Amino acid sequence: MNIKLNGEQRVIAANQISINELLAYENVSQPEMVSVQKNGEFVNRSDFESILVIDGDEVDFLYFMGGGQNSESKMSK
Amino acid sequence: MDLTEEQIQRYSRHILLKDVGYEGQLKIANGKVLIIGAGGLGAPAALYLAAAGVGTIGIIDADVVDITNLQRQVIHHTSDIGIPKVHSAAQKIKEINPDVHVRTYHEWFSPENALKILADYDFVIDGTDNFPAKFLINDACVMAKKAFSHGGILRFDGQTFTYVPGSACYRCIFPTPPPKDLVPTCSQAGVLGSIAGMLGTIQATEALKYIIGIGDLLTNRLLIFNALSMQFRTVPVKKNDNCAVCGSSPAITQLVLEKQNACELR
Repeated sequence: MNIKLNGEQRVIAANQISINELLAYENVSQPEMVSVQKNGEFVNRSDFESILVIDGDEVDFLYFMGGGQNSESKMSK
Repeated sequence: MDLTEEQIQRYSRHILLKDVGYEGQLKIANGKVLIIGAGGLGAPAALYLAAAGVGTIGIIDADVVDITNLQRQVIHHTSDIGIPKVHSAAQKIKEINPDVHVRTYHEWFSPENALKILADYDFVIDGTDNFPAKFLINDACVMAKKAFSHGGILRFDGQTFTYVPGSACYRCIFPTPPPKDLVPTCSQAGVLGSIAGMLGTIQATEALKYIIGIGDLLTNRLLIFNALSMQFRTVPVKKNDNCAVCGSSPAITQLVLEKQNACELR
């Protein structure tokens, strides 16, 4: 099936795949750091197993990002 | 209030812009922006907002300048090591533009001081590095009905969106902070210094657009970029009716600091 993942076309060797399976398939090492949208709708983490991605779906992995002000000085204190 | 002859000269490149003009520059001169965190994002944002002539710039940060800051926190100079970031930043702002009224808060933005400080500003820039602060800024701005710009950077990536009352908030996209032991910070993961400039100047631009009232703000869209591929992408995001802070029946009605990494505890 063909899906759009993070804005790019992907061919997945399956007819359907759960969000959890897609995260594993894409080698996302820390799925807890990812928020997922399917076809523009937010997906609850508790539904990652049950919600299925099918042909034509658009999925976005949105990553937590901190950054900005540094933490080094706080760590060393 | 009128602009002086000198101010008309100073801001002539703004005034020349059809969408800004004299009236727009007056709005900037009357604008009040709070910058939370005088670090990688807050530094470039503060420099450009000062140069633009924003009437009041508030800066809140309890930290002091450290040698590891200088790679990206461009408002601080080598000679500033050891002094409070808010004092270092205020001094540079006054040197760039004496028109700006600078208010400094040498403390952390907290559930206790958040709403009182926000009340004095039109727009807020999230220049913090940690998730408890990011969630607090979001929740406080939703409760106080204040517009803010979210910013996050890591390694070679950046992301930002703008909140205005009624648009998708940070919790609509990220309902709760990530597990504390998984969070890489700049100090653990690293960050290319110039990325902070790319993102901080986008945040400053959103602040100016909001104050002047022009263009389309980055609302209901998350801008994501990767500097290695130099690809920019905007992902549409929606206000979540079940959102714990901005949804129809919010569970969060009081400000609290979410728990996070031991290394990020203040």
